[in-house]
Amino acid sequence: MPEPILQIQDLNVRFKTPDGIVHAVKGATFDIAKGEVVGVVGESGSGKSQMFMAAVGLLSGNGEATGSVKFKGQELIGAPQKLLRTIRGSKASVIFQDPLTSLTPHMKVGQQIVEILTTHKNIGQADAERRALDMLELVRIPEAKRRMQQYPHELSGGMRQRVMIAMATACDPDLLIADEPTTALDVTVQAQVLEIMRDLTRELGTAIALISHDMGVIASMCDRVQVMRYGEFVEAGPVDDIFYAPRHDYTRMLLDAVPRLDQPDKPGHPVLPPIENWWERETLIDVQDVKVHFPIRMSGGLFGKTKPLKAVNGVSFELKKGETLGIVGESGCGKSTLARAVLQLVEPRQGAVVWLGKKDLMKTRGNELRKMRREFQIVFQDPLASLDPRMPIGKSIAEPLITQEPHLAASEVRDRVKDMMKRVGLDPAWINRYPHEFSGGQNQRVGIARAMIVRPQLVICDEAVSALDVSIQRQIVDLLMKLQAEFGMSMMFISHDLSVVRQISHRIMVLYLGRIVELADREEIYENPLHPYTRGLISAVPLPDPKLERSRTRIKLHGDLPSPLDSRAALTFLKSKVIDDPDAEQYVPQLVEAMPGHFVAEHDPV
Amino acid sequence: MLGYIVRRLLGAIPTLFIIVAATFFMMRLAPGGPFDGERRLPPEIERNIKAAYNLDKPVYEQFGIYVGNILTKGDFGPSFKNKDFSVSELIMLGAPVSLKLGLMAMTLAVFIGSFLGVTAALRQNTPTDYSVMSIAMVGITIPTFVTAPFLTLILGVYLGWLPVAGYGDGAARNMILPVVVLALPQIAIISRLVRGSMIEVLRSNFIRTARAKGLTDAQVVWRHALRAGLLPLVSYLGPAIAGLVTGSLVVEQIFGLPGIGRYFVQGALNRDYTLVMGVVILYATLIIVLNLIADVMYRVLDPRVRLG
Repeated sequence: MPEPILQIQDLNVRFKTPDGIVHAVKGATFDIAKGEVVGVVGESGSGKSQMFMAAVGLLSGNGEATGSVKFKGQELIGAPQKLLRTIRGSKASVIFQDPLTSLTPHMKVGQQIVEILTTHKNIGQADAERRALDMLELVRIPEAKRRMQQYPHELSGGMRQRVMIAMATACDPDLLIADEPTTALDVTVQAQVLEIMRDLTRELGTAIALISHDMGVIASMCDRVQVMRYGEFVEAGPVDDIFYAPRHDYTRMLLDAVPRLDQPDKPGHPVLPPIENWWERETLIDVQDVKVHFPIRMSGGLFGKTKPLKAVNGVSFELKKGETLGIVGESGCGKSTLARAVLQLVEPRQGAVVWLGKKDLMKTRGNELRKMRREFQIVFQDPLASLDPRMPIGKSIAEPLITQEPHLAASEVRDRVKDMMKRVGLDPAWINRYPHEFSGGQNQRVGIARAMIVRPQLVICDEAVSALDVSIQRQIVDLLMKLQAEFGMSMMFISHDLSVVRQISHRIMVLYLGRIVELADREEIYENPLHPYTRGLISAVPLPDPKLERSRTRIKLHGDLPSPLDSRAALTFLKSKVIDDPDAEQYVPQLVEAMPGHFVAEHDPV
Repeated sequence: MLGYIVRRLLGAIPTLFIIVAATFFMMRLAPGGPFDGERRLPPEIERNIKAAYNLDKPVYEQFGIYVGNILTKGDFGPSFKNKDFSVSELIMLGAPVSLKLGLMAMTLAVFIGSFLGVTAALRQNTPTDYSVMSIAMVGITIPTFVTAPFLTLILGVYLGWLPVAGYGDGAARNMILPVVVLALPQIAIISRLVRGSMIEVLRSNFIRTARAKGLTDAQVVWRHALRAGLLPLVSYLGPAIAGLVTGSLVVEQIFGLPGIGRYFVQGALNRDYTLVMGVVILYATLIIVLNLIADVMYRVLDPRVRLG
């Protein structure tokens, strides 16, 4: 065994809170050796981050750590801050989850890297700047020199995280603690960031502690895995053992809950019934050429000028009764805006949304539209934030019903609410409890009950499971499928997570900068993706299967999503037709039916 | 940025016009006029006076003449009550005094208040924090007309260190007491404001990153926390400075300072139409300009803010 970098012995972390003492980490013991990548998995609240915060002395004021953490033989628990400061950032550095809030907003990114160098290395400003530039180039930031002078908010999410990596590795640390480093990023960007981290360990021999809840990321990166629950390790071992021969029930449950892009229907979970005779079914909504263009104020000139941000730019599709349409795409592709346009919740919109072949919702206004809203409901991403904190959940659930059917007697409303609570897996006795008393998964059940109480024909789930832990995510997806079998409603399921979308959707639509690039049956689109963007997207998803991950070659999509304000961006995959002027009216790629039911946007041959 | 400033200043023109018009007509609506006294003037004299000041014309015509004179000649008219003085002259006499007093008090308050606020935030929930905050609470609750005589009594009368009143042509000795009295409540407000925002900033993710980089506490506070922590202060300072420099009636009265605070009150009580109008225009302009400066400062401190 090579020399250990970090030795954690019986580490305990406790927090003093108004509700008493919380024992967040209970006697954790493990080592990380030189150059090793150790994954720490567990769901939110398992104490995985706090364990490492305690190790480097970054616990919040009410936290206390006991036990032993040795870094290269040196005891860190109880060590003076002065010693910890010489280790933090220099020999052991941290990459945090959210790169936007984790970088100082008013400081140029170059300076933030320079600062760590001048603090730990005995070098001057000029040398530090040169080194910072090298680091930015090492993490493959384009135009690194110009980026040095930019502020964090001027960079994209992926670039910010690369700045974080450059900063954390600037002093050649022996240990890199990566706390959910790619959780806030799109899959394609995640793939790029993970690759950079992998290369860095190989070149510099840095050991990595990778904290993550994503089994795919763990499988593709780690040598060893520690599984954590309620502050304790339930299982530990080489990555292949954990994935192919898990011994603990919790590990098995975690692996079972993980959605797999290559195995959509897992045994023991509801199976999506296929839609028979798609063409003969009644069409619930017919969306025709929907556009949402936001005017964006640009600087320049005395009064400034506006430029349209084409969030949704000509999307057409049909949704049949009882069908689920998955909508995937990276952040900024317009998937949420499209949902809101269909629901008539965003201005300004153009096009038509024809309801049951009769009424165009776009032309419906006022009271008539309000009455029709009972037929289409939405479930939002953040379950806690989308519930009124001052309203008992029973009242939140009842509100749409009371609005739509004001004649109902109070007792009738109560019965219907309790019935719906039972159906979504909530105890009807909780009717008077408040959202803060529940977990994220339970609150999302409340959100679903609120949407379902009026028995709508269309439910739109806007990233409805994205904020939840995998095991909870699985339960909510199962619940939605069960409800669909029961009530037969149609769904639009929006997510950036391709694996989840594949579990639940009959057909899948891939959006890129406000336009459909591919639309096909769920099997077809994963097995036979035709558009290069779809291929890149699918290839970027890490699979929770270490052997498969090691043998996989990825199709790479380079760089970040281009600015949607540049009209050339929409033709990234059809460069042959680009007019080289950012403001020009560009060619509109047509959606072609390549095979029956499989539509793909025109693109240059791959 | 320049385009933004010009745009904002152009946008201020209708605002100012509405303020001027509203004040003008509301004052005319109030009963009584500048030349109504206990003893009625003989009718022909009253007629002459009214004609001299255009008060015999319809109100909208008077308004037209007033605005016209400002725009064409920069003339804010004669004071109705202070004979032989124009409004501009009165304001030019009083404004520098109020300006000096207000700016000195605000500078003092910003430095001491920020220092106390940051100190309390860094030692959150310790005796230092509690004592700073309780003193600040006291500072907010005690009005200046209590602190002013109290301090005057001790420092001026008993100890005889400082003059009890008078402007003394702006001598430092004369300014100390009024400046301190005026600054005290501001110190209290600012220290509470800064403490609150600093505590929030110190909990934020980027401070955790800065600490994870191995920076010293001083570096973390000075480079990373302070700028973000002082942002709310900037938005507060705009209107607060405008309030202070346009004269603080109580302090100016107690210390006998020839500022413009008293013009406001005297003007309103005496129906000195033009004087009130002049002070209102000065105050409104200051508010608009200072708020603009605050917004621009905000942008300088926080590059994420987009002016548009």
